[in-house]
Amino acid sequence: MSAAAAGKGTGKDAKPFAVRIFVARDSCAISVGADQVADTIAAEAAQRGTPVQIVRTGSRGLLWLEPMVEVETPDGRVAYGPVQAKDVASLFAGDFLHGGRHPLGHGLTERIPYFAKQERLTFARVGVIDPLSIEDYERHGGYAGLRKALAMAPADAVQALLDSGLRGRGGAAFPTGIKWRTVLAEKSPVKFVVCNADEGDSGTFSDRMLMEGDPFTLIEGMTIAGVVCGATQGYIYVRSEYPYAENTLNAAIERAQASGHLGADVLGSGKRFDLEVRRGAGAYICGEETSLLESLEGKRGMVRFRPPLPAIQGLFGKPTVLNNVITFASVPTIYANGAQAYKDFGMGRSRGTLPFQLAGNIKHGGLVEKAFGLTLRELLYDYGGGTATGRPIRAVQVGGPLGAYIPEAHFDMPVDYEAFAAKGAMVGHGGIVVFDDQADLGAMARYAMEFCAIESCGKCTPCRIGSTRGVEVIDKIMERKDQEMNVVLLRDLCDTMISGSLCALGGMAPFPVLSVLNHFPEDFHLAPAKASLKTA
Amino acid sequence: MTPEEAVNMAVATHASRPGGLLPLLHEVQDRLGYVPRESVAHIANAMHLSIAEVHGVITFYHHFRQEAPGKHTMRVCLAEACRSMGAQKLLAHAQSSLGVDLHETTSDGAITLEPVYCLGNCACSPAVMVDNDLKGRVNAKAFDELVAQCRETA
Repeated sequence: MSAAAAGKGTGKDAKPFAVRIFVARDSCAISVGADQVADTIAAEAAQRGTPVQIVRTGSRGLLWLEPMVEVETPDGRVAYGPVQAKDVASLFAGDFLHGGRHPLGHGLTERIPYFAKQERLTFARVGVIDPLSIEDYERHGGYAGLRKALAMAPADAVQALLDSGLRGRGGAAFPTGIKWRTVLAEKSPVKFVVCNADEGDSGTFSDRMLMEGDPFTLIEGMTIAGVVCGATQGYIYVRSEYPYAENTLNAAIERAQASGHLGADVLGSGKRFDLEVRRGAGAYICGEETSLLESLEGKRGMVRFRPPLPAIQGLFGKPTVLNNVITFASVPTIYANGAQAYKDFGMGRSRGTLPFQLAGNIKHGGLVEKAFGLTLRELLYDYGGGTATGRPIRAVQVGGPLGAYIPEAHFDMPVDYEAFAAKGAMVGHGGIVVFDDQADLGAMARYAMEFCAIESCGKCTPCRIGSTRGVEVIDKIMERKDQEMNVVLLRDLCDTMISGSLCALGGMAPFPVLSVLNHFPEDFHLAPAKASLKTA
Repeated sequence: MTPEEAVNMAVATHASRPGGLLPLLHEVQDRLGYVPRESVAHIANAMHLSIAEVHGVITFYHHFRQEAPGKHTMRVCLAEACRSMGAQKLLAHAQSSLGVDLHETTSDGAITLEPVYCLGNCACSPAVMVDNDLKGRVNAKAFDELVAQCRETA
């Protein structure tokens, strides 16, 4: 952590008239120079004898503007970005401490259209508060949800979650309340709460931003799960590629223990809940829930047969509430503001909001939390501003490496779990990766099979062997060898993988392949008629 | 710290924890940079597992390694979002400028080059991780600067 970070926190030592400056400590911001910017601001202020207080927050999610610097003014926070260390002197010269004009200035952060049009429920505090200050968290509505949940009978608390319509945000979209109800009904004296923070899908980073920017929301959501369902021990399984998130979570848990928000007597309720972070080890498959449980038990991350469901026999064979980071993080607002308030967002059976992530070749990449029901086109153009390269968007992949490549013809469909499923696509974890017209989607289809081969746990044959054969068949088609026969073979293979695999890795890896075959056959060097050949 | 001491410390801390094998292996690798083959029998004995089980876990996970890496590890993201922004070109540059293939270490022992599949920095692609430091918007020039910094501290 940088020297400037010493000024983070509520800054009780800072002089009262010091201007508050906010620089993200999110790893994305740090990856493009936020620490150096914060250090340079501190040094420049010291040299000028101007008292400033630098608060390191999460990121607002306007990631193309990172490193973003915000200055507190009587009207609100004023944003500048993307700021590099070399720009700091000119920011001081332009009186940015009073929100002065500057070529990098964007006015009030909350009036930047990208931000102003969002519906931030789960991410309400991210980028606003000091992620490691419980006082800051509570001042912004934190722990109101847990207090309400503690006052409810467990069955009523579960009913509230069912009423909210919340579905699992990790990708499978299973109703969260049903999982909790199942665990609550189990008589076991030992139960667990497990958070899946193995966010391995390319194009997704909302879990990471939440853990780094507002870890107490996750901790609160898991604590609610524990006290409602009768579990006293929770684990957060964080992927090893996220060291910043792991450090932030550990620091936050330590503080929550010290203040009585975790431990033997949660908020004086007499109920116990302890929480521990466990680090993954670079296996994509461990994002699959049963594989994750095996890994938490210290074993190879081999997928389990279901049934039994994890809610009945999960971690160490005990009933386990197992949800994704964003699912748990959506829970506090549901209890704090009521199930109906959450359910009022969204469409059809997709209720509430989803933090979308605009990624890849996109001009304005970042996090957009919106109610379900807006269209891909709105996300890609109104928010995303088209491609970073300035070329036309050719395809987007939604929902990670197992998601379909969606052509422009489908950009007007609403983002809704059911609408996507009807087109053979999935919303998944809300990640959207954009490709311009230079992209070789044949190579991307090959990569989908290659990735499946690298990451397969090896337990079932369709995934373990099918993925390798898939790469070989795609290579033959690309080399124009017996194309007609090999297209039939590829489609047959995809069918086998979809129907015969034990979990979503082998079961969905064919989706990106088939979508390229169906929508972009020219990238397989195929005429459309040849690409549609199927077994007679 | 000798490898034996590092392993003994990790065993003392984690052997009796539920599901303690992964935390144990992480601690060994955090201290030594790898999990020595010679330590597998000792770890297995302490955890009441077979050597095959411990070996199976180490080799299942991409993160664990059994050979000492270079002084620094550079991981280039090869997942979809980074590919859409030229990750393969960056990888080709990395391989030719460092003179190594993936999973190999430069002849001066300074840098090990590894692939990684998503670092969660998908709006600032291409992404690279140098040891535990995340880097975004990495072009060939930025990559060379990272290499130079690694070599200075190798």
